[in-house]
Amino acid sequence: MKEIISRITKEYLFRLIGDGKRIDGRDMYEHREIEIQPNWIGTAEGSARIKMGDTDVVVGIKMDVGEPFPDTPTKGVVITSAELIPMASPNYEAGPPREDATELARVVDRGIREGQVIDVEKLCIEEGEKVWLVFIDMHVLDFDGNLFDACGLAAMTALMNTTVPAERHELGEDHPLPVDHVVVPTTFSKIRDQILLDPRLDEERIADARLTVSTNEKGNLVAMQKGLSGTFSYEDVKNCIKRSQEIGDELREMLSSLSEQNI
Amino acid sequence: MAMDSDIKLIDENGLRLDGRKFDELREIHIEAGVLKRADGSAYLTWGENKVMAAVYGPRELHPRHAQDPSKAVVQARYNMAAFSVPDRKRPGPDRRSVEISKLLSEALEEIVFVEQFPRSAVDVFIEVLEASAGTRCAALTAASVALADAGIPMSDMIASCAAGKIDGHVVLDLGKKEDNFGEADVPLAIVPRTDRVTLLQMDGDMTAEEFDQAMELAIGACKEIYEIQRDALKRRYSTSLEDYEDNEEDE
Repeated sequence: MKEIISRITKEYLFRLIGDGKRIDGRDMYEHREIEIQPNWIGTAEGSARIKMGDTDVVVGIKMDVGEPFPDTPTKGVVITSAELIPMASPNYEAGPPREDATELARVVDRGIREGQVIDVEKLCIEEGEKVWLVFIDMHVLDFDGNLFDACGLAAMTALMNTTVPAERHELGEDHPLPVDHVVVPTTFSKIRDQILLDPRLDEERIADARLTVSTNEKGNLVAMQKGLSGTFSYEDVKNCIKRSQEIGDELREMLSSLSEQNI
Repeated sequence: MAMDSDIKLIDENGLRLDGRKFDELREIHIEAGVLKRADGSAYLTWGENKVMAAVYGPRELHPRHAQDPSKAVVQARYNMAAFSVPDRKRPGPDRRSVEISKLLSEALEEIVFVEQFPRSAVDVFIEVLEASAGTRCAALTAASVALADAGIPMSDMIASCAAGKIDGHVVLDLGKKEDNFGEADVPLAIVPRTDRVTLLQMDGDMTAEEFDQAMELAIGACKEIYEIQRDALKRRYSTSLEDYEDNEEDE
């Protein structure tokens, strides 16, 4: 089922944006209020609950010992999945992940993988035989737009607060997950000619295009994803990247304050 | 269940592993109306358990052949998050969650005035985010509050709690280790206003007398839980009333 929006709301939103305003009074490049609680789930090796406005997501990290992929015998394995459960929206249905959930999981995964967030070499136990598997499970409880940033930030926070359960597997002492970089995503929507950060659901519904930019602490780009059928100009893209670096630094500061690891 | 083990579940002072007495519940907290998209919702913590329940409906039921021309269908979906248990659970339904979903649907259908909404569905989604024994009782307790929060016409809520047997004693509300190493577990749910039993399961080994004791303990606890449910609703709606009055003053 497609997200629908009434014509009157749509016109109202267009008019506001034409006047350079947003429905909740935010500036175009202002995030909603973000509240992150690390270590929210006791049964997980690491976890975080994020509330970004009314969007509400829980991310849990579980670890296990398994076989490496044959082409990377010395590297741990990271598996990211997202569940858009029917609790979160009247339009989500139970069952295996559909394309939305798959894109979401892959975009978050790309930021973490390409950003070399986890030092996977350190997750090797026995070359070619035994490595640590890191499962990143993202559970969306309430959907009010911009899952990319909510899930990405919660996943990053959860990883920064993950303890490798070595004792349980008789592999020595428990220790923090080796995290080398802090990658954060920032997502922009384009509505007519206006670009805005962190779209709410009603803004997402009328957006023509979407761009997610993930940066690391050096301000380097590690992953990008453009979505929807609308287009961006080259200038638009450059503008988003610049904003993403600035906002990313603020978000990284917030994430670091929630972790005992010094990254 | 019914495993012989060296684990002592009750100490010499008659206290359980977490320091509880035989007839003592773990701490329960419920908050109603916590999700924006859902028509009704409730978040419940019960000891280490964390459960979220959301209600959508009454709404059109798909597929159409599942519709009942005489009443609404209550569809509960009990789901455990991958990270809710010590060993990661593969996402999606397994036999256990399918069975629990069925029992919860049947129990909830009893309290909803389903005949008012022919051909429609009342969907109840329950997510177990952290599990530590007694999740089906927690799920049913939370789901009832979410239904009430959604304004679904219903005769009463359902309160649910388990009792069981550990180290030869009948006790209330088994914890994780007690569930694993105890001798019997009896999850029960009642409609508190009528005391009618709407969910009952039992596994393990106990005498008929012990079962009576367990039932009595669990029914007593359900009444206590019912008050916590009612309190959650009162807190939710009395706040709204205060907000309303504040707004009136502002004008």
